[in-house]
Amino acid sequence: MKVVYTDSLVIGGGLAGLRVAIACKERGLDSIVLSLIPAKRSHSAAAQGGMQASLANSFKGLGDNEDVHFEDTVKGSDWGCDQKVARMFVHTAPKAIRQLAAWGVPWSRVTGGDRQVVVNAEKVTVTESQESHGLITARDFGGTKKWRTCYTSDGTGHSMLYAMDNRAIQEGIDIQDRKEAIALIHEGDQCYGAIVRDLITGELIAYVAKATTVATGGYGRLYSITTNAIICEGTGQALVLETGKAPLGNMEAVQFHPTAIVTVGILVTEGCRGDGGVLRDVDGYRFMPDYEPDKKELASRDVVSRRMTEHMRKGKGVPSPYGDHLWLDITLLGRAHIEKNLREVKDICESFLGIDPAEEWIPVRPTQHYSMGGIRTNEKGMSPGLKGLFSAGEAACWDLHGFNRLGGNSVAETVVAGMIIGEYVADYIDETDLYIPSGLIKEFLRQEQQKMDTLLHRPTGESAFAIRKEMQEIMMENVGIFRKGPHLEEAVNKLTLLLARARKVGVKTKQLGGNPELTEALKLEKQIKLALCVTVGAAKRTESRGAHAREDFPQRDDVHWLKRTLTYWETPADDLPTLAYEDLDISSMELPPGFRGYGKKNISPHPDTAKREAQVAQAQAAHADRHELQQALMPIELPSRYQGKNERYLKGLN
Amino acid sequence: MQHSTGRILTFEILRFNPQNPQSKPKVVCYQLEETPGMSIFIALNEIREKQEPSLQFDFVCRAGICGSCAMVINGKPMLACRTQTKTFEHPKITLMPMPVFELIGDLSVNTGKAMREMAEKVETWVHDKRQDWVDITRLEEKMEPELADQIYELDRCIECGICLAACGTKRMREDFLGAVGFMKVARFLADPRDHREEDDFYDLLGNDKGVFGCMSLMGCEDFCPKELPHQQQIAYIRRKILFATG
Repeated sequence: MKVVYTDSLVIGGGLAGLRVAIACKERGLDSIVLSLIPAKRSHSAAAQGGMQASLANSFKGLGDNEDVHFEDTVKGSDWGCDQKVARMFVHTAPKAIRQLAAWGVPWSRVTGGDRQVVVNAEKVTVTESQESHGLITARDFGGTKKWRTCYTSDGTGHSMLYAMDNRAIQEGIDIQDRKEAIALIHEGDQCYGAIVRDLITGELIAYVAKATTVATGGYGRLYSITTNAIICEGTGQALVLETGKAPLGNMEAVQFHPTAIVTVGILVTEGCRGDGGVLRDVDGYRFMPDYEPDKKELASRDVVSRRMTEHMRKGKGVPSPYGDHLWLDITLLGRAHIEKNLREVKDICESFLGIDPAEEWIPVRPTQHYSMGGIRTNEKGMSPGLKGLFSAGEAACWDLHGFNRLGGNSVAETVVAGMIIGEYVADYIDETDLYIPSGLIKEFLRQEQQKMDTLLHRPTGESAFAIRKEMQEIMMENVGIFRKGPHLEEAVNKLTLLLARARKVGVKTKQLGGNPELTEALKLEKQIKLALCVTVGAAKRTESRGAHAREDFPQRDDVHWLKRTLTYWETPADDLPTLAYEDLDISSMELPPGFRGYGKKNISPHPDTAKREAQVAQAQAAHADRHELQQALMPIELPSRYQGKNERYLKGLN
Repeated sequence: MQHSTGRILTFEILRFNPQNPQSKPKVVCYQLEETPGMSIFIALNEIREKQEPSLQFDFVCRAGICGSCAMVINGKPMLACRTQTKTFEHPKITLMPMPVFELIGDLSVNTGKAMREMAEKVETWVHDKRQDWVDITRLEEKMEPELADQIYELDRCIECGICLAACGTKRMREDFLGAVGFMKVARFLADPRDHREEDDFYDLLGNDKGVFGCMSLMGCEDFCPKELPHQQQIAYIRRKILFATG
């Protein structure tokens, strides 16, 4: 029996996981990071466009601050997010950018003087002040009032991940790659670590820790067409689900990105539209201003994706052997800009499409992109179901994003959550004495070994690859951008049948180590359970909110649905998840529910909204200082080192 | 040259699983019909899902940005995800694992381990004692915009390992640092936030394991999928190190 002991076990080596491990190590704790792949290859690297933080250095960002970022984030979430978490996040994001600058990220900088930018398809001259020359600059992204997205060319995620992983190496953190967690060790209300499979040797190892943080990213690969890396299979969420005690939150909240290339679904960054690119239809016509006259191509992602789908349904798509698509036109930005600021886009267009985006339009369509749902945690990142279990980043439903995430808030969340939750993980470890039940560890190891042995010894059985493909098609077909009751019910039925088949799969390759077929078969049931969580959650939520758009229930129904879905899988042999709900409390919201400003207003307002609006107005009259007002409306807690006010150019600490 | 689809492609793939004592290295052929837009990523998954479920290979982003999938394709080290089958005139495609790395199995090699060792050797992080007590509530230090761009240019390496697989010296000298390491040195030398100077790298670079082992065959430059300026940087570091010796 191989058992490894540590203080802080982190499952997942992307930005969030590494940052939690660094926080623990800085506090003198022993930390191990487990990763499926070398950490620098994590999906965090795919974040091209940038990271939101209200630095307000560039001309188009002047006047930005935490309040504006907060408002954009809450509106973007369609009031589905946890507003306290959003406040903690916007307050820490500028610090995260500045810390990463000290750790080596070569953030693109403001150049003083005149420069030409493209806004609404027209060239405009912007004059940057000489005093801001050399500070960190920002670009425009969808759904934001200010230009707030900090970047390094269009390799932001890459630069951030490299700086973070290098910092972890500098700290001497033990990062073990090609390791996959397959079960959490738990008893009563306590998590003790994880059972982990070495993907090279096939051997099982128990990792026992005072705190276990799951930071394994999203579950995009439940869908057949996704921008996500092939490792984003939701296995982290599934580990937590299978405990039967810890809930997942808002699993039905799944985002589709407007611009992934056809056919392969590789993302081209929102920075294309942020920098002035436009969307065109089969006739070359720029259609977005007709639907969203105000924000046009830079409406929130969920909105643009729906408008594109609507437009294609009107017969305005470009037919192709792989289905209809639309065009993304960045030719108007000019070759020099594309080759400098959108180089990854150019690379992708050349390698995967054989086109030059400075000359030709890019074929795009909305594609699964982001998982707002995930492992439900409290504001400190801990699961409400199991002590010692934490989660951070896309894997979590900390609930920064509610029902739709803004572009640039994803890499921002990974690092900020890593900073904040990392401190709380370290606090928890400092305060905790763990009694380690060795019998329990042995029992968990035995159970998982038995699952593997059963699979290896089953003489025949279906291929896991084929069943997974069926699941992905069902999700794409029935649980996509627009949803309808009957389609969702059909998906639930089909997935339930698939689950039964998944429990009887076989493998042809009968060896423990170096066996990708066994690795696939071992997680198939987990993936179908997750797909059921998404689908059942979507079927039950009879309203439209953010990225969850029901054609049969187009109204946002605050009366009945201003709440978060919690999903449990009570016993392993169950065929369906169990759902519960937690209310979002209007009386403690800093920003009472309102209209996002896209399309026609169609909201059934909650009776408490007006009352809270009056309270907010009263508080606004009573407090001239914005920080005091914020504290009066919705007090938040943060680790002491992140509480300070953020300095801004021209504004000081105000 | 472009080809219409419908060709039958033959993939000759090295098969060997070091985990299995009975396994012996051999080349096995798999055939499949070419489809429009087929990449080596798509082809290998087809083979694994329909013909040979035990086949080992590595992909993560499948978009040419994570550096996981480098392998030797028809004799040349390349990223498999963005290599399109239609670019090969002949329908026979040979796939081999990259040399110089520890073999995990079939086409999968342990680049992660090698890159971690490289990172520890070069110490690929900003060396600045002040960085731990930077007040992150305050305005960041300014940097010239062109300098930030220059650092990013050198920061674009994805540690795929292709420069080492394509390197004549590395094939002869296991302890040769190679282009990936030199590029990291160049990146941190260019960065004023890092307080190391040329002579701090002397022990690492000023010998045959370092820049003076380079035979200037420039396989690194020819095959780097990010088109990084290896030749220029190696020449530049050589000069710097030479001056540093005084």
